[in-house]
Amino acid sequence: MAVASSDTAIRTSRMTRAFIYLFLLLFALFYLLPFGIMLVNSLKPLSEITGGNMIALPRDWTIEPWLSAWSTAQIGVEPTGLRPYFMNSLMMAIPAVLLSTVVGALNGYVLTKWRFRGDTIIFGMLLFSCFIPFQIVLIPMARILGILQIAGTTPGLILVHFVYGIGFTTLYFRNYYAAFPTELVRAAQIDGAGFFQIFWRIMLPSSGPIIAVSFIWQFTNIWNDFLFGASFASGDAAPMTVALNNLVNSSTGVREYNVHFAGAIMAAAPTLLVYIVAGRYFVRGLMAGSVKG
Amino acid sequence: MAASTDTGADFRTRLQGWLPKLVLSPSLAVMIIFVYGFIAFTIYLSFTDSRMLPSYGWVGWQNYDRLFRIREWDIAITNLAVFASLYIGISTVIGLSLAIFLDQKIRGEGILRPIFLYPMALSFIVTGTAWKWFLDPAIGLENTMHLWGWESFTFDWIKDREMAIYTVVIAAVWQSSGFVMAMFLAGLRGIDNEILKAAQIDGASNWNLYRRIILPQLRPAFLSAFVILAHLAIKSYDLVIALTGGGPGNATALPATFMYSYTFTRNQMGIGASSAVIMLMTIAAIMVPYLYAELKEKK
Repeated sequence: MAVASSDTAIRTSRMTRAFIYLFLLLFALFYLLPFGIMLVNSLKPLSEITGGNMIALPRDWTIEPWLSAWSTAQIGVEPTGLRPYFMNSLMMAIPAVLLSTVVGALNGYVLTKWRFRGDTIIFGMLLFSCFIPFQIVLIPMARILGILQIAGTTPGLILVHFVYGIGFTTLYFRNYYAAFPTELVRAAQIDGAGFFQIFWRIMLPSSGPIIAVSFIWQFTNIWNDFLFGASFASGDAAPMTVALNNLVNSSTGVREYNVHFAGAIMAAAPTLLVYIVAGRYFVRGLMAGSVKG
Repeated sequence: MAASTDTGADFRTRLQGWLPKLVLSPSLAVMIIFVYGFIAFTIYLSFTDSRMLPSYGWVGWQNYDRLFRIREWDIAITNLAVFASLYIGISTVIGLSLAIFLDQKIRGEGILRPIFLYPMALSFIVTGTAWKWFLDPAIGLENTMHLWGWESFTFDWIKDREMAIYTVVIAAVWQSSGFVMAMFLAGLRGIDNEILKAAQIDGASNWNLYRRIILPQLRPAFLSAFVILAHLAIKSYDLVIALTGGGPGNATALPATFMYSYTFTRNQMGIGASSAVIMLMTIAAIMVPYLYAELKEKK
């Protein structure tokens, strides 16, 4: 958070403070419980879950559910575990994140430092594209992917996430570069530097934080996407979220809750890791997506 | 000779002049095709007799006419109204309370804040999986309470047609109220402490400080929170799929799940397209004025 130090000057009584701490702790519990319990239960044998107390710690600790979720659990028809789908998600997210960030950076640079008539309209159109309900593009997208012969494949999903990621990445870089002194760009221009030279030598070296924001936010969104994955990549090319949903909602056989939980935590792990390592940028991305400026 | 170097240099400056637009143009083209072209195509399909595949027989407003007679659509929009108002209302109240309380020089803020916010990093599918089980009467909260000796405790909303939509509200609030907290906290930290001190010297109570001075200054945060939550609510799809699968029956259907099932599983593409158009219009009614105001302010 940008200005974390300037607490309010409000003074409160001891009673009020006790109440405030209680309230905050209760909510901390509320946020931690579902995920925490899931973690604990992923380390129990199935009999302890169906026959026992969900809050209790495991009597027999076991990593069996994790191994099963990763490599042997039944996903759809194949007993492959979640590993191939985890890889699918990585293969999908990494190129899409890189591409949309590069394009967003260039767009943001043009829209702030090389302004022209109508640029605000173009930006407005890009911005609106961030907020459309994706249901409105599902049908034509399915057609186009079919025509391009990448329906149901990872490259198809990369294209989809790249296309609908440009709006957000452009927004990030535009807002960031808007605060960058334009005089520096003009001075470099007078010295004979060209468009790409200025971008490369002047803009990029100071773009570290916003590149981090863009990477993290795009990665989180793309990794967590379900709608596009479910619509355009069933079967072998399905991303992790779709495979997890198949695992959890498959109607055949005994419900192995502990395996489901282990799978859910695997699906959550990459974005959680990003959040823990770089939470500061995560929050910035959140803000940039809501408050323009 | 001189003339040719001249045109060479001229060409280069002209190219430099064109480069920015050249760099922007692929994005513009992609956007015009994949966003606005696709929207136009879907709007067009909503006026055709498309079933399993797009077909181009014009049927006028017939799909919209039929859409609003379908009981499941009726359920979906009623659910959306209930879900969106509770989701936005409760997330805002919780987010604002947490932000105000965290802003009181709280010890351990650095630990609490990430705890409140981490669900935002999770996929709705993960959230749905966690809550589905937590709310399952047979093994979740209800069972635990029974094991602890509270035999009469019942919490089976997720199995109850009337109440299931509220379980979606609970899980959605869990996921995004921390995000609302972060937005309000940023707003609170931006308020000038000098004004507050002056008001305190004038004898204003804490309650009045918040009501008269602080909350009015949070107006932009309220607006942003509302816009973001409203658009998330209308787009909600994953969470319902993972938590209830739209059920029991179709008790937790939302427009997004309706659109998907009519288009891709029931082969009623015309109707699916018309429901997508209604969703777009609803979001546009909220986003366009907001974005317009935001972009205008910046000039």
